[in-house]
Amino acid sequence: MRPFRAAVTTGSAALAATLLLTACSSGSSTTGAQDANEKVTLTVDLFGTFGFKEAGLYDEYMKLHPNITVKQSDTQDEGQYWQALQTKLAGGGGLADVQGLEVGRIASVMQKQADKFTDLRTLGAGDVNDGLVPWKAAAVKTADGKVLGAGTDIGPEAVCFRTDLFKEAGLPTDRTELAAKWATWEGYLALGKEYVAKAKPGNAWTDSAAGMFTAEVGQQKVRYADESGKAVHDSSPVVQTAWADATKLVADGLSAKLPQWTPEWNKAFSTGKFATLSCPAWMIGYIKGQAGDAFAGKWDIAAGPGKTGNWGGAYLAVPKTAKHPKQAAELIKWLNAKEQQVKLFTKQGSFPSSTGAQGEIKTVKDAYFNNAPIGEIFSEAAGNMPAQVLGTEDGVVGKAFTDALGEVERTNTAPATAWQHALDNVKKASGN
Amino acid sequence: MATLSAPLRSSQPAVARPRRGARLAPYGFLAPFFVLFAAFGLFPLLYTAYVSLHRVELQTSERMDWLGFQNYTRLFEDPFFWNALGNTFTIGLLSTVPQLLLALGLAHLLNYRLRGRTFFRVAMLMPYATSVAAATLVFAQLFGRDYGLINWALSTVGLSPVDWQANTWASQFGVSLIVTWRWTGYNALIYLAGMQSIPQELYESAAVDGASRWQQFRHITVPGLRPTIVFTVVVSTIGATQLFGEPLLYEGNSGGGISHQYQTLGLYMYEQGWTFFHLGRAAAVAWVMFLLIVVLALVNAAIAARRNRTDR
Repeated sequence: MRPFRAAVTTGSAALAATLLLTACSSGSSTTGAQDANEKVTLTVDLFGTFGFKEAGLYDEYMKLHPNITVKQSDTQDEGQYWQALQTKLAGGGGLADVQGLEVGRIASVMQKQADKFTDLRTLGAGDVNDGLVPWKAAAVKTADGKVLGAGTDIGPEAVCFRTDLFKEAGLPTDRTELAAKWATWEGYLALGKEYVAKAKPGNAWTDSAAGMFTAEVGQQKVRYADESGKAVHDSSPVVQTAWADATKLVADGLSAKLPQWTPEWNKAFSTGKFATLSCPAWMIGYIKGQAGDAFAGKWDIAAGPGKTGNWGGAYLAVPKTAKHPKQAAELIKWLNAKEQQVKLFTKQGSFPSSTGAQGEIKTVKDAYFNNAPIGEIFSEAAGNMPAQVLGTEDGVVGKAFTDALGEVERTNTAPATAWQHALDNVKKASGN
Repeated sequence: MATLSAPLRSSQPAVARPRRGARLAPYGFLAPFFVLFAAFGLFPLLYTAYVSLHRVELQTSERMDWLGFQNYTRLFEDPFFWNALGNTFTIGLLSTVPQLLLALGLAHLLNYRLRGRTFFRVAMLMPYATSVAAATLVFAQLFGRDYGLINWALSTVGLSPVDWQANTWASQFGVSLIVTWRWTGYNALIYLAGMQSIPQELYESAAVDGASRWQQFRHITVPGLRPTIVFTVVVSTIGATQLFGEPLLYEGNSGGGISHQYQTLGLYMYEQGWTFFHLGRAAAVAWVMFLLIVVLALVNAAIAARRNRTDR
């Protein structure tokens, strides 16, 4: 027992010493200097693939502003990113100069944490959302006119598919023909059955029931909460229809049963595990990143069922604790400008929220996707897109349903039981 | 006599009662531990109790609304809490029992004169020295459903692949295996140390009496190791009750699987606090876990005490 006790005391002494050291060293941190040419390192913390780095926008910005260095860190899974962000916001430390926010979280931030982010008007960037589609800008404007974030991209939906696998299974690969065949979700499921009957065993039609469910729900104006903020996820016919379609997908054996945003899912982009994928515009960049150059020309894009829908999209915000708020605001204003939004779409596929940029990308084609007219396809979906009602719990509710669909496809849970699990999970997560 | 005893008597109190400073010195030496314990052990414990009686949300952590025991009643009504409690118990059994049995066997083997004995002993401790995160991430890769090594090996011998994440028993087995892998060597070394304090003569005389290796193990090693075994059982029980890192990193989320099928109490607490941001509720879970561990430790101690008494 004695050596153990001694180890604890020396351990605690060492801990105390480290605490003292860190306390001393953090005292001498940077102070806001006024010099315009001062060397500044801006930190940007994001989730998924925003594509700023990949499209060369940071390099361009640093060339224009030689005193600025932009450093980006990112987390692939938005759920984990959000969790870390909340911990940092509560602790008040470790936040970057610019933080990304997903559209499903924006209502929660606006209601509960508006005081943790800087009003962009006070940083000379109050006009950052002028010229965006109205709902995108409205979602980050408080009742008293504060602008708490800059709207980056929106997520019009289409379907990405593998031409090589389609050919093998004897399916057409012409985009218009396919779009006509899967003009509805029933059509999409029917073609899937045809594919699975002819494809190699083990090759499924799409990645997961969750992907299809999210895409289908995203086509409606009211999803998980109505205009008054009341939760309607358990009664909404929209959710019920999408649930029924997604469980039918599983029953027909069309799902590869891969949980999205996991390493297994990522790997499957470069195998034949699934032939189609519900594709919001930003997924283009993700596919390129995961499948790599070897798969250029094997992926293609066609307009999806209903030719509408919004899945995801993001905002950039400056936390109150940012070390260089002024420079951060300048950066996001530049990144969000029409020209950059056009570049981002052309190179990465993130669909512009700026109406001006939307006007300029109508003819863009993507070589990686067999020269698919991505400008035309996504513009049409964006044009039909409803101005979605955003609820504070959208992120939590969405996850509860996609997890429950995971149970249906991976553990053979009866759909009715899984539905009840989803509702239980929402209740467990809720604050009351 | 009388002249001698007087000065002696007067000097006695001086010996029995040392100077004030010397008397306080031991407390002085103990003080740093207790000061640190108060700051990093006792205060958090009490503050957690205080928080558990309030509604506290991470996103608005300045606000504290008095709730009384509502966090606790809600907890006991939550099926997910009972689910987590059950999982903690089954994963605890699945990991602790094989781990201690294996450790006992390994220690027995290491107790023989072996070539390269030191190497084996050091090798045993390697998993313990590996970080939980690194080990779990490697195991998670091995257990991958579509591209994992284990399912590949199963398929080469004609068995159908197992969904090591979504399947309840398979995932609990996977998590338990990581725990077993990490702690077996550590426990083996503790057993080994215990075994080396058992006098060699006992074995020699047993051998003279014709006892086999197995009989020697059963009738000399195991009884000789009883206090050590009690210690490892207590420590492993506490460890199993607090199990957290392995299930968290197994799939990288705090839900403990899509059906929460391997969500332990530690993970349930973390999910309430850091995924759903209900700090008050998480604090209530923390206190329930604390009391549970105290009860388990008392039960362990009672069983050990009773066994000792009946043996004599």
